[in-house]
Amino acid sequence: MEKIEVKKKTKYIWEIPKQGGMKVPCVIFGTDSMVKKMQEDGTLQQGKNMAHLPGIHKKACIMPDGHRGYGFPIGGVAALDFEKGGISPGGIGYDINCGVRLLRTNLNKDDVKEKINELLEKLFEACPPGVGSSNIRVDNEQLKLILNNGAKWAVDNGYGNKDDLVHCEENGCMKQADANTVSEQAMKRGKKQVATLGSGNHFLELQYVDQIYDKEAAKAFGITKKGQVTIMIHCGSRGLGHQVCSDYLRKMEKAYPDIIKSLPDRELIYAPAGSELAEQYLKAMAAAANYAWCNRHILGHQTRKAILETFKDAEVKTIYDVAHNICKIENHIIDNKKTKVYMHRKGATRAFGPDSKDIPKDYQGIGQPILIPGSMGTASYLLKGTNESEELSFSSTAHGAGRVMSRHAALKEFRGEAIAKEMHAKGIEVKGSSWKGIAEEASGAYKDIDEVIEISDKTGIGKKVARLIPIGVIKG
Amino acid sequence: MKFEYFEHTADVKFRSYGKDLQEAFANAAYALTNIITDYEKVEKNIEKSFTIKAEDEKALLYDFLEQFLILFDSENFVLKEITEIKIENLKLSVKFTGDNELKKYDIHTHVKAITYHEMEIIEEQGKVTIQAVPDI
Repeated sequence: MEKIEVKKKTKYIWEIPKQGGMKVPCVIFGTDSMVKKMQEDGTLQQGKNMAHLPGIHKKACIMPDGHRGYGFPIGGVAALDFEKGGISPGGIGYDINCGVRLLRTNLNKDDVKEKINELLEKLFEACPPGVGSSNIRVDNEQLKLILNNGAKWAVDNGYGNKDDLVHCEENGCMKQADANTVSEQAMKRGKKQVATLGSGNHFLELQYVDQIYDKEAAKAFGITKKGQVTIMIHCGSRGLGHQVCSDYLRKMEKAYPDIIKSLPDRELIYAPAGSELAEQYLKAMAAAANYAWCNRHILGHQTRKAILETFKDAEVKTIYDVAHNICKIENHIIDNKKTKVYMHRKGATRAFGPDSKDIPKDYQGIGQPILIPGSMGTASYLLKGTNESEELSFSSTAHGAGRVMSRHAALKEFRGEAIAKEMHAKGIEVKGSSWKGIAEEASGAYKDIDEVIEISDKTGIGKKVARLIPIGVIKG
Repeated sequence: MKFEYFEHTADVKFRSYGKDLQEAFANAAYALTNIITDYEKVEKNIEKSFTIKAEDEKALLYDFLEQFLILFDSENFVLKEITEIKIENLKLSVKFTGDNELKKYDIHTHVKAITYHEMEIIEEQGKVTIQAVPDI
């Protein structure tokens, strides 16, 4: 693999200078060892490739958890001009709006630990992982309403409440969505998967607050004491979203063979701004994003129900819900000018600061909650957005731990049963759809989440608020 | 050997082999299915077929493999055996058997999508090698 020239700008910020076909430099957030790993696995090459896209503004960015993806690296962030740029499915990913929802309770970890197995049983039924099919049957007409209305469909049909909607990116619905741009095949893939967790790295976790770093922000987010129990739900748009990405990737390839030839990687294919395909893909992607928000919203509701069955007087509220794989039409300050862009974040979290008007009213003045899950059995983090991140990273930060070991290698290295035992010894109960899945997601296969968070905190692209430790995991 | 797996950080990479394009494509479908479940244990309860066309060989492979992901998610269908496969002028017709009662099998994982990442179709005399990295 070609060695990429990368310069250290500050302790944790690096730059691949503009060269060859690059239209802008590529900026990387990370430690020496993280950047070394990104050099080895091709992440830097993909970062350089991103910078070739038309109408890209200022810089391509790679977040500290960056690793090799398809087209864009995972952890890739790029702002493509709304008029001169375009929209690229490879800059969003196959799992459109894969994301995280965080709920808070007024329960204490000791109360929950006593009933942990009973609770996990209930959650396993309520939030089907793996190939478990949905408890919710929808026909095509209902599915279209989900695609157009997102989490609002759920509230209209008796799942969750308006307070959940308000505390969700986009209030759980991207208005651009149009179900008619979603293929029949994609609809077929998604029909039986409404409100399911899925597999891979998806999970539902019962956690407790281990550390509070920022009391004021924590309080605004409803986190008041150590030991307080939270629930994190990590999943996406399932087969429907994967098919939307694939359908449009193929449509764009067929429509723009010359563009493919001009790009360093076939999977960077994009639809030029202003084209019909760009408009259609945005609508279809938004529809898939809405499906994912509806999913997490219903799973949140089912979780609340399971907790209330076990603890009658519990209070369970949504702190926030964020997308990790998405493209948004946003305005950013570029050369002192407000500029409209297709903001691509692939394996990255939007991180709006306290001055943003696009975050819930009760968080204005504090910053957007940023939810970053660790790998199975390790810490997860609640952070807040800053105003400085606008300049640093188009208001974006990391999204997780990032894999360092292949699933194949993880299977050779770890045994699911042994991992579950090890976790039990650490006070974490795990219930999965297969032992193999547990081995594949062993925490040893991931980067150290604490280090990823330190880089976000120290560079100011997202500041630490609280650290969360799991006590029970439903593994997808 | 029909196929084998290799290291890849986020996903699984496989190579499939055949004496011609048809055989290598069929073996790629087995390699893909085998990520989801042990395809040799699947019963022949259902017969299916489809025909697709694409603009180049890699796109044809992408579309061909993707059909099995669509069948899995939408009909719970898992592949057992490809009984007939014909590729001519970037047009592919295939007949195959499999089952849609997933409860009978140990499902390892879902495959999200096919990708072009590191995709290779190498045709040598009397031997075709396919390489692909599905997104998991």
